[in-house]
Amino acid sequence: MVTMSDGMRKNLLEYLENSAARYPDRLAFTNGETGLTFQALAAAARAAGSALSEYGPRRPVAVLMPKQADMVAALLGVLYSGNYYVPLDWEMSAPRLQKILAAVEPAALVCDAGSEKRLSELGYAGPVRLYEELRAAPAEDALLARIRAQALDIDPAYVVFTSGSTGAPKGVIASHRNALDYIEQLSAVLEADPRTVFGSQTPFYVDACLKELYTTLKCGAQTVIIPKTLFTSPVRLIAFLNEQRVNTICWVSSALTIVSSLGGLKAATPEYLRLIAFGSETFPLRQFEIWRAALPDVKYIHLYGPTEATGMSCYYVIEPGAPLPREKIPIGFPFANTGVLLIDEAGQPVAEPGRVGEMYIRGAGVTMGYFRDSPRTGEAFVQNPLHGDYPEIVYRTGDRACYDEEGALVFAARADQQIKHMGYRIELAEIEEAARDCGAVDACCVFDERTSRMTLFCLSEEDEASLRRRLKNQLPAYMLPAAVISCAAFPLTINGKIDRAALKKRAAERR
Amino acid sequence: MKGMNDSMDELLEILRDIQPDVDYEHCETLIDDGYIDSFALISLITSINRVFDAEITAEHIVPENFNSARAIMDLIQRLAAE
Repeated sequence: MVTMSDGMRKNLLEYLENSAARYPDRLAFTNGETGLTFQALAAAARAAGSALSEYGPRRPVAVLMPKQADMVAALLGVLYSGNYYVPLDWEMSAPRLQKILAAVEPAALVCDAGSEKRLSELGYAGPVRLYEELRAAPAEDALLARIRAQALDIDPAYVVFTSGSTGAPKGVIASHRNALDYIEQLSAVLEADPRTVFGSQTPFYVDACLKELYTTLKCGAQTVIIPKTLFTSPVRLIAFLNEQRVNTICWVSSALTIVSSLGGLKAATPEYLRLIAFGSETFPLRQFEIWRAALPDVKYIHLYGPTEATGMSCYYVIEPGAPLPREKIPIGFPFANTGVLLIDEAGQPVAEPGRVGEMYIRGAGVTMGYFRDSPRTGEAFVQNPLHGDYPEIVYRTGDRACYDEEGALVFAARADQQIKHMGYRIELAEIEEAARDCGAVDACCVFDERTSRMTLFCLSEEDEASLRRRLKNQLPAYMLPAAVISCAAFPLTINGKIDRAALKKRAAERR
Repeated sequence: MKGMNDSMDELLEILRDIQPDVDYEHCETLIDDGYIDSFALISLITSINRVFDAEITAEHIVPENFNSARAIMDLIQRLAAE
């Protein structure tokens, strides 16, 4: 094993190797029935990495598998091979998978036997490797050591795809250094240790899963993968958390809202929970109060951060017994080794409380940029606007915030048409493009923050049900608008642009 | 009390309002196959409680009770009889 002379980590796999040496027989990832110990995980990843090394180094390798322990082994196998992974899932919808595979042109695609049967839906013609075969291949220690010796911490570890404003999915590429910096700070904030048992809710194809995945590897903790269907049965979900003794959850706020608004906390109590982290979108205070009343001894942490800065960049801790925030829960303070610049429209730093500015993030967590997209990388990953003395790339978030009286950051609004819905980041333009792909002359999607409802207006003669049916084949479920409305004309502003505000009003009136 | 058929029509109307594109008369896997996700479920339960003056609580929210329009109707009637 290669480590830097000062003991500083330079590769994410060091987390796995340390835990596999210290806790070989401990279950690392499980769904409650089957799973992998740290040792089994390392063995499978090393075998897969040896077999995948023929494609390297530093090439994208897609992984299309169900969200299970085996998928973690496949992702880590890609890292062992000196390449970087592109995590995919059938729930992203076939057209979206096609677009991503076309954009990435992966050196190889790793899938399980179940996924292989469906591959013809994707029109993918590149090399395919079956996980079940990779796992059974011999691990070649000398080869893996050679690959590691040549790897740098600035080399990419993964690409995750978010929704892009032109309608094309946008890949964010992050290095080992980015993810190591994030996990070092995050695991301290979460106070994770070998007793930590995560209940994982978020899919493996979004950056949100890094929290459980790498903190588990770093700390010798455990991640229990929660079957998705349990989120439609709150009492069974809580029973599952109790059976598995889950004590830490990092969920999107809406997943917490599901449990509280369906009355789950009135009927059952998650007995082992000690820490609840939430983020990705606003957590309605009324729902937070229900959680707080049911679980007063839990520590709550609000997390905020864009994919482009690896994961989360800011956190706000609400200790047991601390007073409830009055209006909204602040996003708080930057992680250690992360900086947030708040900059007003004149390009000047904002210091006084209450005044809104745009957030720029600086630090080792700022990712490498967008995959094969220099123009958009250049727009968002910019020179620190406060100086020109030396090169310093910061990430311009497009999120607006202000300081409160205590100096904590409070989220204000998005600067553009990008929204957060069910924990996913969505560009409304991508939904509009899908509608045009489905035959609508034009389309405009509006989002009501209060009700968290998307309404899609289409210039189309087609009836709403058939438009909706076609959209459903085009978009993942979380991007499907709550309502699709056919209309003959759009209201326009005096500048001749579609009047989004008027459509938003119309959408609200229709309810 | 409303007739069975009227109630079923009302329920179908609620379901179609939430998710229009499903064959509710025959589908028996509304939850299992993801036609109704957890967010749609919240809307559905809110509407049922309002329209039928029912009180669906967390204990009732399991796939068996929501996998078909028939099962949902049975649940509503069980609750009315209690």
